[in-house]
Amino acid sequence: MLTSVELVEFAAKNGIPIWALDASIALVLALAVFSLCGLGVIVLVYMERKVSADIQLRLGPTHVGPRGTLQLIADMIKLLSKEDVFPKHADRWLFRLAPALVFIAAFTGLMVIPIGPRLVVQDLNVGLLYVLAIPSIAVAGLIMAGFGSYNKYAMMGGLRAAAQMVSYEVPRALSVIGIVMLAGSAKLSTIVDAQGFWYIFLQPIGFMVFLVSTLAEINRVPFDMPEAESELVHGYSTEYSGMRYAFFLFGEYIALIAAAALTVVLFLGGWHGPGPELLGPIWFAIKFFGVVFVIMWVRWTLPRFRIDQVMDLGWKVLLPLALLNILITGIVMSI
Amino acid sequence: MDKLEQLKTTKADLDDLSAEFSSNGESEEGSKDIKTDVLTINFGPQHPSAHGVFRGVFEVDGEIIVGIEPHIGYLHRCFEKIAEHRTYTQFIPFTDRMDYLSSMLNNWGYVISVEKLADVAVPERAEYLRVIVGELNRIASHLVFLSTAAIEAGALTPYFYYFDERERILWLFEQLCGARFTYNYMRVGGVRVDTPDGWLDDVLAFTERLEKTMVDYDKLLLGNYIFKKRMKGVAPFSAEQALDWGLTGPSLRASGVNYDVRKADPYSVYPRIDFDAVVLCNGDNLDRVIARSQEIKQSINIIKQAVAQVPDGRVYSPGMPRYVTPPPGEAYAHIESSRGDLGFYIVSDGSPKPYRVKIQGPSFGNLQVLPAIATGSFFSDAVLIFGTLDVVFGEVDR
Repeated sequence: MLTSVELVEFAAKNGIPIWALDASIALVLALAVFSLCGLGVIVLVYMERKVSADIQLRLGPTHVGPRGTLQLIADMIKLLSKEDVFPKHADRWLFRLAPALVFIAAFTGLMVIPIGPRLVVQDLNVGLLYVLAIPSIAVAGLIMAGFGSYNKYAMMGGLRAAAQMVSYEVPRALSVIGIVMLAGSAKLSTIVDAQGFWYIFLQPIGFMVFLVSTLAEINRVPFDMPEAESELVHGYSTEYSGMRYAFFLFGEYIALIAAAALTVVLFLGGWHGPGPELLGPIWFAIKFFGVVFVIMWVRWTLPRFRIDQVMDLGWKVLLPLALLNILITGIVMSI
Repeated sequence: MDKLEQLKTTKADLDDLSAEFSSNGESEEGSKDIKTDVLTINFGPQHPSAHGVFRGVFEVDGEIIVGIEPHIGYLHRCFEKIAEHRTYTQFIPFTDRMDYLSSMLNNWGYVISVEKLADVAVPERAEYLRVIVGELNRIASHLVFLSTAAIEAGALTPYFYYFDERERILWLFEQLCGARFTYNYMRVGGVRVDTPDGWLDDVLAFTERLEKTMVDYDKLLLGNYIFKKRMKGVAPFSAEQALDWGLTGPSLRASGVNYDVRKADPYSVYPRIDFDAVVLCNGDNLDRVIARSQEIKQSINIIKQAVAQVPDGRVYSPGMPRYVTPPPGEAYAHIESSRGDLGFYIVSDGSPKPYRVKIQGPSFGNLQVLPAIATGSFFSDAVLIFGTLDVVFGEVDR
């Protein structure tokens, strides 16, 4: 594999401008992440269907492809061939922009997550800050979807999403400060390398707060208020159909991928595991699917909180716990 | 008279409450410039948790309900009028389609009224079979109640477990009368057919299985922290209020009123069976759910005793004419349906067709409670409250 210095020399020798080199590298990496993500979504949707079916005494998809593996492809073809419906009086720009924004926001988080030694698009030195901050612009997308749909259910869903996601940003960000203190860096690869002993054991409170607020952040049960189908029909995405709806679905699953991957990186030792370094991505994948399974298991077991209970939990339980965690970490480190 | 006073005060309280909410924002200091308004949400008639075709106009202030106006009539099929143009036996299948989750009990309520009117004796075996299928149907209906309560609280999984058990009841009914949903099983003077061989053993095996599985399911749903937190203390309804509003069935007993038609006005062979009416005290959402879960256990108990006691013999009264022709007169009989007090009032003019049939469905009475009970609660909870009142629209509209 060529290092970047060699690449630059190669470009200079052949008269290729640097910007073209940068652009092509970015394009290749984006495509790689994009296709990996697409594959991930297909796998996760299939996994979710099979896990939920197993929990619920059902079979799940069986007909399309071997053991129903191609069911999502069939669904996508169906959604693609749907008519592009705009509700009357909908705000066309907001309505169009919202799914894209949710999708892109979920996607950006993946750029800094290392899945193996040096296997990362951009290993920022503020990686942790980036991965917590940038994906939360998704909430703007949800509000836009809710507001632009000209639908009361959608609007209530959008408002709930805003309240919930903004509230849970705070404990989520505070819960990882203990890790930054222990690792001495916000660079994700450094955090992984610092984990001789997994942080889930050193930071149990931080892990719990992080996992719960992550569930709220990606709107999963028991925090799926924004799309609570028992009262809000389908929340912010009520009016969406066809490919726009599919983008919300993609966004949701990519957010799940990003959240589970971040959990692995922060608390479960990233790519570390027995065997040679080359096996890193495989260990990462095993841990990743473990976390995803837990999240799905929770989803298909628990009922949903009420909106005031969600707020109570976020501000009155998780936030003090996260602060306590910082305090304890600080005391232990200074001893 | 006291009750009337109470009713008035409750209504006045409600008006105060809604006035307080609707004036919110204009009267308060500091928020004079912000114009707030209640949001009118049209809930149904096609909505995932509308339990059929309920349409409620909800007025919502943020997440709080300030007014509910139930609209009914989307499933009105003129059953009472149709009854005047059918013979007594021909009307039995229509009763199946009223409260379609407990068709056997509807059949029963109707035939018991006609039997009272025509003074027909029912063979003992038929009475026991009626008790068995009636209680099985009550279990099936309560299982649907529990599963929908779970879904409305956001838990999708218990639904499948409860429906798996219900499926076994439907299978038993299919063996018995060929239908899974609209049974048309009971007749004036007995039941249509005797049980197939070994059917009673299957019933016993099922009750034993359900006894074990219900323990697990109760842990999964009623033992769940979030579920309890969602349900406990939400929309409590006192015994006086419940009586004033005419609530019946498990919801009434959850409020602490010991009124069960099977005990208060015994019919069929219930006096010979030892069971308890489930009476709880808080009358909140959680109690309404627990009441159903407990009633399932009581029904299992009843079925076991009935299967042990069932005698051999006829299932249909001998010498019944092809057309039941009661003498001129009137009769009212009621039973404890899975939703409450189900009564049929029948007037005969001596012809083979009833002159008038008036049906007193418990769902109708239970639905009218909704505005009183859900105003002031959260929008998410209003759906749950509506669910725990256990209303079937086939019976509300008829």
